[in-house]
Amino acid sequence: MLTLIGVLVVIAGFATKRNPLLVVGVAGVVTGLLGGLSLRDVLAAFGTGFAGSRSVTIFAITLPVIGLLERHGLQEQARAFIGRFAKLTTGRFLTLYLLLRQLTAAVGLQSVGGPAQTVRPMVAPIAEGAAERRHGTLPERVCERVRSYAASADTVGLFFGEDCFLAVGSILLITGFVNTTYGTHLEPVRLALWAIPTAACAFVIHGARLLCLDRALERESAAVGAPQARRSAGEAAS
Amino acid sequence: MIKAEWFYWLIGAVFLTMAVQMLRDRTNPKRRGTAAFWGLIGAGFVYSTFVVDKTAPAEPLGAAVLLMAVLAGFGFTGRGAVRTDHAQRAASAARLGNRIFLPALTIPVVAMLCAVVVKGWRIGRTPVLEPGSETILGLGAGAVIALVVAMVLLRERRPAEPLHAGRGMLEAMGWALLLPQLLATLGAIFQQAGVGRAVGGITSQLLPHGQTYTAVVVYCLGMALFTMIMGNAFAAFPVMTAAVGWPVLIQQAHGNPAAVLATGMLAGFCGTLCTPMAANFNIVPATLLELKDQYGPIKAQLPTAGALLVCTMLIMALFAF
Repeated sequence: MLTLIGVLVVIAGFATKRNPLLVVGVAGVVTGLLGGLSLRDVLAAFGTGFAGSRSVTIFAITLPVIGLLERHGLQEQARAFIGRFAKLTTGRFLTLYLLLRQLTAAVGLQSVGGPAQTVRPMVAPIAEGAAERRHGTLPERVCERVRSYAASADTVGLFFGEDCFLAVGSILLITGFVNTTYGTHLEPVRLALWAIPTAACAFVIHGARLLCLDRALERESAAVGAPQARRSAGEAAS
Repeated sequence: MIKAEWFYWLIGAVFLTMAVQMLRDRTNPKRRGTAAFWGLIGAGFVYSTFVVDKTAPAEPLGAAVLLMAVLAGFGFTGRGAVRTDHAQRAASAARLGNRIFLPALTIPVVAMLCAVVVKGWRIGRTPVLEPGSETILGLGAGAVIALVVAMVLLRERRPAEPLHAGRGMLEAMGWALLLPQLLATLGAIFQQAGVGRAVGGITSQLLPHGQTYTAVVVYCLGMALFTMIMGNAFAAFPVMTAAVGWPVLIQQAHGNPAAVLATGMLAGFCGTLCTPMAANFNIVPATLLELKDQYGPIKAQLPTAGALLVCTMLIMALFAF
């Protein structure tokens, strides 16, 4: 039970908004030492943990090209691009992206999208551009909200798409764990099929919330005041 | 065969080069700390190769990781001045038009081709891409090819330019880039120290015997909550399945194993949507999008996660028994 103190350190640290790196570092050392590891073991655990988890940081390889393109106006062009599709509102565009992300992940193409590859350079600016076209300059709070929703469309789409694919980590973990622990012969394909109902619910729920975002944006911009809303999106983009 | 480790060396080299650029950047008031932080990560990426194949001890790397946490955690890192302004970028966008999307779209297209087509290529009997690493190698190849396409399109001859641009984004992200890896480590330490067993023990004590639908709720809710603590449904799954899923839902109540386990895992994913512990999905996007509110994406996902968790319980209760 003492080992659960590490969990409390994490919860308390995040709740009081300390720097997450320090919180996690301290929680790791505390949990390790309370759990009977020596200081050397704890250091070794941090070392092997870093070495074994490098794949979560590989998106950094896309930053030079994305950064270069952004210096040449990639985000600005993404905003301008959406201007030609008058019917594509923020909510409709993000719903479409959610669907695409789910479908591509479901056929095993998880790395096609992502916060560094697609959301920052294209999806978020397009979503913002669509909102600006309808409502003029967005107050910062609204801007943040649109970007947060763009990130959420990517994450929800990935999570509830990838599990419909046979060779994904979570499916392999389930079959690996159950087949070795309980000596059964669970087929990955049946697990993938049983992920479909939840995936469909995820699309309906999150898609509906993304569409509702349009109405929320309308309300908020009406509250900010009509004069601002009349300004053209082009000169307002920042 | 192209190996994943080569690709990690490339990323290490990129980080190290950026660290040198950071050290020289006099617009950054904390340039030394910033360069030390990213230099250590870059060196760690290379050194990790030897830790993985067990030819070097892991302890020095562990010490370096804790040093990185201290550097970023106590505010020794910062960022330099941004170089371009909005007018320049807008003018450039107007000149290039939609052609500027071409390199950006190259990344996903190449990643897709590697995962689908190149995966099957062989030279003699050896596959071209290291088996099991095709997707990350695809992302790496996509990024490199996209960079070449971009430099040709933009008539940019200096390779330092994209590195400077990428470095600016790294500096803006700061500590958030290291957090997912540190959390993966914490998960492993939790596991070694027996946190899973402790949580499993508590859960099975709370569970009333013989009530299938209560057990469904406990399993799904437990998966979500435990995932929020660990930041990862993979860590929660063996614990909750050993405590509730297998003995109660499958053995006692004769649930359909595939339905119970697949839906249970997805209940865990609902937890992942709500926790800062899943930093790579929730915190990294917030810093990449330069949000003031780090918890913005989590707030956008919270209602969806709650409703979906109820859906998983209903799906399991209705169709698994």
